[in-house]
Amino acid sequence: MTQGKASPDTEPSAARSAWGPRLGWDRGALARRITALPVPAKWTLIGAFVVFLYALPLLEIPILSTPDTDFGAVLFTVASYVLVALGLNVVLGYAGLLDLGYVGFYAIGAYTVAVFGSLQAQLSWWLLIPMAVVFTTISGVLLGAPTLRVRGDYLAIVTLGFGEIIRLTALNTDWLGAAKGITGVPRPPSVELFEIPHLQWEGATAVIDLDDTTTFLVFGVADQAPYYWLALTVIFIVLGADRMLRLSRVGRAWEATREDEDAAELMGVPTFRFKLLAFASGAFIGGLSGALFASRQGFINPESFQLLLSILFVAAVVVGGAGNRWGVIMGAIVVAYLPERFRGFEEWRLLVFGMALLILANFRPQGLIPPRRTRRAQAVDEQLEALEEGTDRV
Amino acid sequence: MSFLIDNFVELTVTGLVLGAVYGLVALGYTLVYGVLQLINFAHSEVWMFGSFAAVWVTVALGVAPGSALPIVIGVLLLALLAAMTVSGGVALLLERVAYRRLIRLDAPKLVALISAIGASFALAELMGLRDRVAGWLGLRDTLDPYVRSARDNTRFRNPLETEGVFSVGGYTVTNVDIIIIVSAILMMVALDQFIRRTRTGRGIRAVAQDSEAAALMGVNRNRVIRATFLVGGIMAGAAALLYLMRFGVTRWNAGFLLGVKAFTAAVLGGIGNVRGALLGGFVLGLAENYGSALIGSEWRDVVAFLLLVVILLFRPTGLLGESLGRARA
Repeated sequence: MTQGKASPDTEPSAARSAWGPRLGWDRGALARRITALPVPAKWTLIGAFVVFLYALPLLEIPILSTPDTDFGAVLFTVASYVLVALGLNVVLGYAGLLDLGYVGFYAIGAYTVAVFGSLQAQLSWWLLIPMAVVFTTISGVLLGAPTLRVRGDYLAIVTLGFGEIIRLTALNTDWLGAAKGITGVPRPPSVELFEIPHLQWEGATAVIDLDDTTTFLVFGVADQAPYYWLALTVIFIVLGADRMLRLSRVGRAWEATREDEDAAELMGVPTFRFKLLAFASGAFIGGLSGALFASRQGFINPESFQLLLSILFVAAVVVGGAGNRWGVIMGAIVVAYLPERFRGFEEWRLLVFGMALLILANFRPQGLIPPRRTRRAQAVDEQLEALEEGTDRV
Repeated sequence: MSFLIDNFVELTVTGLVLGAVYGLVALGYTLVYGVLQLINFAHSEVWMFGSFAAVWVTVALGVAPGSALPIVIGVLLLALLAAMTVSGGVALLLERVAYRRLIRLDAPKLVALISAIGASFALAELMGLRDRVAGWLGLRDTLDPYVRSARDNTRFRNPLETEGVFSVGGYTVTNVDIIIIVSAILMMVALDQFIRRTRTGRGIRAVAQDSEAAALMGVNRNRVIRATFLVGGIMAGAAALLYLMRFGVTRWNAGFLLGVKAFTAAVLGGIGNVRGALLGGFVLGLAENYGSALIGSEWRDVVAFLLLVVILLFRPTGLLGESLGRARA
């Protein structure tokens, strides 16, 4: 979507032409076209896209599908990364707090489900999920209250330390299953309603394959599609909440805190309380994601919550464009899907992943889809620069 | 508790040895942070490459333990030189590939962190895949002793035999212990003097204080940044050899945990503070040893991280404060 393709009905302003070519992406064009559609058409389009997302594991689209692993499972992994990225985006993108121990919340969510669902008690799944969320939110507040007083990079290191402490505590405590982990984590309750056939592709033609079906809605071991649907539903709910928060007083307070903490404080924003709120909301979503992960997996051990995972989460958010929810979704998809898609090159995938991160960070430092504010700020910067230089670019 | 008292000397000496390694690696973090205010996440890989360079030198020369002393010293010096060269080179490469463009664009710190994380992944994987890379280049057979079992531990055959020198409190202090602690302190003093007295050192301090003003005063900022990375890399190379002399194994992903610990040491001592790095390393090494003696060795890393968190909460600038820029000449 280059500058040249911008729809003719909007006059390209001077500022835009200054930053347009450099960013190489005029998101405005696509967004404007969709907004310009009549309301019913718009909703049909969105509805069709949502249906498409739900149908993904059934369609088995040749290029998209992963040949080496169950596509439903991959989609679930991607969905849980998206969920985590949305949560971390609140902390990192909106409030600007670098949390390198985010996996800790993910672990607390997963461990709550596992410990109270299997190891120490056998509670119902419906009770476990709210419990996991409450526990992680509380832990977010407990962790945030002392640590949020330190700023910037130090916060990153403190959270990194806490993330590791949580993992190592799980590793060394018998009550939490220690190194061997916890098996028999409860799965979501199943209701067997009807069967949905998958598609099978021969070249470019699709055939409905009646032998390969997914039972709606059975959360089993073999077929992972229902978990994906569950995660997708949760994502839509979180997206709605995220949008409301962002547009509220809270969202503006976060933005002010992120841009200039002292100025925000002077303007009467209780920055500490809002940072704590961001931390707790982020923990909430992270815990939810961890709980879903544990109930899908059926088995967890401390190995699943390495520091590396925290770093991947941060990478997802920053690569996508911290602060833009569509951006971070994109980033999560890149970080989670690409390695799975190229499992054929198993050995090389992390090398390629590292190089991809390096290249993305260097050549697209603002993220794949940067938030509107970043682009506005950049436009202003470049305008000023051009004015200072006295060139006639503006 | 009694275990701690009975083995107090041993715990102290081994803690100091470990701390010396942490301190030397921590220098890389501290210098880069002092100059650029960036966490050089890939510095652990700089250390890891140095450790492999040292191993390869001993493999290539094939000196058996117990050779004549001059040969042993020669081999160790060669290994040191190789480790320093390779680590310094990797650090420079890192600066070029992962940082230079972002520094020029004045990109957000977070992006530089991601870039460094990407570089760290790529470097570690490259080492883990070295047999594949060699095979790809058609050198698999020629390079076999260097690249075989790339994903497993690689052993370092120390040409210097470990022997006791003197006994204190039931622990025999070995020659290796002494070499490590003394050389770490010597290198730290040398680096401190380098930063305080030389022209390049003055440049580093100037850029750390105020990079724009330094540029206006004629300091070549890019050169200073390169020098910073190079010095950090050289120290990491030395740390790699010292580490191998004591612990004897390295592997493609060994850098990660050591890097996190070294960074902890840097923060403990006051990040950006060169003297603080060694002090932080020693404190961390001792705290880890005493802590694991008190509550069990499986809690070792927890002790390290708890110490970090507590220090940051109560004294966020570390033990000696952040002061690369403020160091007086």
